[in-house]
Amino acid sequence: MNGSTTEIELLAWEGCPSHPKAMQLIRHTLRQIGMDHVEVKLRFIGTDEQAVAERFVGSPTFRVNGTDLIPPGGSEPYGLTCRLYRRRDGRFSPTPDPDDLRDGAIKALLGEEVPAGRIAPARPAGS
Amino acid sequence: MSDRYDPRHLVTIPVDEAVPGFSLVATDGTKYEFDPASPSADATVVVFVSNACPYSRAWHDRINRVALDYESKDVRMVQINPNDASLFPVDSIDGMRERVEAGEFVTPYLKDETQQVAHKWGARVTPHVFIVDRGGKLRYSGNPDADHDDLSQNAAWMRTALDELLAGRELSRTTSELHGCTVKWLP
Repeated sequence: MNGSTTEIELLAWEGCPSHPKAMQLIRHTLRQIGMDHVEVKLRFIGTDEQAVAERFVGSPTFRVNGTDLIPPGGSEPYGLTCRLYRRRDGRFSPTPDPDDLRDGAIKALLGEEVPAGRIAPARPAGS
Repeated sequence: MSDRYDPRHLVTIPVDEAVPGFSLVATDGTKYEFDPASPSADATVVVFVSNACPYSRAWHDRINRVALDYESKDVRMVQINPNDASLFPVDSIDGMRERVEAGEFVTPYLKDETQQVAHKWGARVTPHVFIVDRGGKLRYSGNPDADHDDLSQNAAWMRTALDELLAGRELSRTTSELHGCTVKWLP
């Protein structure tokens, strides 16, 4: 694990309905990689000013120690909005592709790179 | 939440009420006029959408498919982008034109710069679907179907509403819970 990271921050905006599904998704991801002891803290962004200060490109955003698990493209503006994700099959979605989230979590929490195109092996919960 | 994101005073046109007309410009500069008093089709579908909204984008192909499938049944559709582009530049007329020129739209794609149309119709989210009958009355207001993430839903709520409307039957569903991105209103 990177340092003493035991927390994932889920940044959300209440005007976007995707955060309950996002919470389910990150908890599932953590179970998948055997890191279900990691705490997920939901924090709401409520104003435009806060969105800019937090570099918030939309809801939901997952971070570990301030680093986005799925880094946004450089041109995405900060603001109160639903975040536009793209799944690996090309579809647009309000939540990230589960495999992208898993790769991002492995990198952030375990310090392991998942080579492009390779699916990280799932770890049984509690292992 | 501030009024810019969820105006408390916004009222969506009730089903069975007459809808207001509008005149808006499409991405190619063409003016598009909708006069509910003299409609040109048995049903008109007006969908408020956004380039920046993942729900809009997720439902986009299904909405387009409805337009194609019902064109021969005397149904016309327009899609309107009402968002304040100063917040999200992809919702500007240039951002809209880019998608139209990429062949992503089978309907006119109109910009509601002043947001007066979205406000008069009471568009709450993107996508928000309104289906209007030949008499200019609203018959359906809601999402395209039950799940943006399930392609097999195939815009079932839109299709059922259109099928029932065109058959002269009572609509079995006239509204739905609205799932999507809030309209980004001007300050």
